[in-house]
Amino acid sequence: MSAINQYIDLYNRHRKAIDTHSGGAVNAIRQQALRVLSDAARMPEKGDEDYEVTSLEEVFAPDYGVNINRIDLGANPAEVFRCDVPNLSTCLYFLRNDAFFAGKNSDNALPKGVVICSLAEAAVKYASIVDAHYGKIARLEHLPTALNSLLAQDGVFVYVPQGVQVEKPVQLVNILNSSAPLMACRRILLVAEDGAQIRLLSCDHTQNPDIDYLNSQVIEIYAGRNAVVDFYDIEDSSDRTRRVSSMYIRQEESSNVLVDGITLKNGITRNDFSVDMVGNHAELHLLGMAMASGNRHVDNHTEVVHKAEYGHTDELFKYVLDGNAVGAFSGLIRVLEGADKTEAYQSNRNVLASDEARMYSKPQLVIDCDDVKCSHGSTIGQIDQTALFYMRSRGIPEQEARLMLMQAFMNDVIAGVRMDALKDRLRHLVETHILGGASSCRDCASSCNQKK
Amino acid sequence: MNKMLDIKNLHASIDGKEILKGINLTVRPGEVHAIMGPNGSGKSTLSAVLTGHPAYTVTDGEVTFCGKNLLELSAEDRSHEGLFLSFQYPVEIPGVSMVNFMRAALNAKRKYLGEEALSASDFLKLMREKRSIVQLDNKLASRSVNEGFSGGEKKRNEIFQMALLEPKLSILDETDSGLDIDALRIVAEGVNKLKTDNNATIVITHYQRLLDYIKPDIVHVLYKGRIVKTAGPELALVLEERGYDWIKEEVDNA
Repeated sequence: MSAINQYIDLYNRHRKAIDTHSGGAVNAIRQQALRVLSDAARMPEKGDEDYEVTSLEEVFAPDYGVNINRIDLGANPAEVFRCDVPNLSTCLYFLRNDAFFAGKNSDNALPKGVVICSLAEAAVKYASIVDAHYGKIARLEHLPTALNSLLAQDGVFVYVPQGVQVEKPVQLVNILNSSAPLMACRRILLVAEDGAQIRLLSCDHTQNPDIDYLNSQVIEIYAGRNAVVDFYDIEDSSDRTRRVSSMYIRQEESSNVLVDGITLKNGITRNDFSVDMVGNHAELHLLGMAMASGNRHVDNHTEVVHKAEYGHTDELFKYVLDGNAVGAFSGLIRVLEGADKTEAYQSNRNVLASDEARMYSKPQLVIDCDDVKCSHGSTIGQIDQTALFYMRSRGIPEQEARLMLMQAFMNDVIAGVRMDALKDRLRHLVETHILGGASSCRDCASSCNQKK
Repeated sequence: MNKMLDIKNLHASIDGKEILKGINLTVRPGEVHAIMGPNGSGKSTLSAVLTGHPAYTVTDGEVTFCGKNLLELSAEDRSHEGLFLSFQYPVEIPGVSMVNFMRAALNAKRKYLGEEALSASDFLKLMREKRSIVQLDNKLASRSVNEGFSGGEKKRNEIFQMALLEPKLSILDETDSGLDIDALRIVAEGVNKLKTDNNATIVITHYQRLLDYIKPDIVHVLYKGRIVKTAGPELALVLEERGYDWIKEEVDNA
């Protein structure tokens, strides 16, 4: 039996309970999701196109619990957690599994009209906005998205009205927390109306690293005309966490979106990024960075579709893999007929720090238009031995020299970050993770520590 | 006088191929040695082996540096003990700034010697001071290591690093290659400014012209992995005039 069936069964048995804890559009799209899933034989498996090394069938196969009845799994994370990224003052919000909590006084710093709240609440309270976008930007025919849509009950709704700029970055701390194996179906909807600006930092953490988690996440981002949206999506979870995340973005005319997908610590991760460039002059910066060692697995898939003129995409994904880690990147940029003057550049560069680490890379361009500038490329290499010896001959210890070289390798991805405090923070985290000492950002002194 | 470097019967190979076939060489404090020789004679291999390049295997012989068994030390510890190689081809390291590079190097050495790390301001002051020795632009010092440097700038950067690390023994591997006459003069003057009675230099070169600026006390000819001739500075002049063929003949017919 396919992994899909157990979730269809689950849904059929608990339809009512699932709907009870949500509302509006969130419930309305379940039937469509159910049809997609019922028609599918199985989840994508290893060897399917764009899933060359990652089997979602295996990821979804174990029988995880789903907290359908919204049983409270512990204290309010806003009370328990503090995050003190140096020099970074943020409006703080939390998702525990998929349940929303606002940090103390976070709403006070938001400009008038800006809404950050529980998605279940928004589906009723701000029904017209949610109806217009929820499940509309995401592609329901994409099976992991259909599964998430079938079961999702809550998540975060972020709304920035026309012309409003949110100065202070918004931080969303996602905590997986359970005493038994758990699947969390989390949903994020971000709507930035015309001329709106917002920067959002979303970081994933795991409490209780001995538990198996499956984190199913669907993010929908709407960037209206001239809107500027920065979305940093950082995973710093645990060996036993599986993450299947799908981000969908719709970019209107002259919108400017930066997405940075960062994997610092994980178990098995599959991230999809799909961007529709529907308006002329839309600009996208799609960055990604993965550091993995041990038996970790990081698979990023990107699909950018240019549908309008004068679009611009800069895409760069970099991996440093050590131990037995496996990395995969498959990226597609499509330039449709009529999307003249598109400029799109895609690059995937990787360093294998051990003999056993493996990287699979598939950069792709499909262009149905004559008047464009596009390029794509991929490199896989090792630590530069010449540089390493040069540094050692100057007295820099081998370990430190390797670290400096790996950091230097990530330098251009970090340079693309549009928040200085986060840049510093990322440099520090990269260093920490390469050193392997403090294996989680929670263990380091300057990070999201749990209060005693 | 104390021996600073003492090489006895050094044999070394790479990928199973023997390059050094019994090198004997003694360097004392205050001395400048020149090692000359035709292409492929093993000059660069000697400098790589002495500085601990992992690609080379020492198959026989011993090397003592300031009383320590050099061959047992890691590349970084050899540097800490006072050995320095000016690379024939300095390496570009994009993303690592000269400042971070040299601070890491200098502080690693200080840690090795049981000294405290330099403060940021003391370090920058030191950088400024040493930079002037080779007239290295401040802009170059703030860039990534050797990235986009011209040939001359790279070589000056090597001597700048040498000035910062204050080695006991410096090996200059073809420091003159790729330099125009002005750059050659600046580099050579830099080396001469750093010269004291307590340190020593090995100059590896094909040509006499560098030796016009950096005057050697002793000149060796390396050929087929051995030092086949040792004499005073006049030997370099003879080589400049007559080339290496007469030495090759002497050795090959012996």
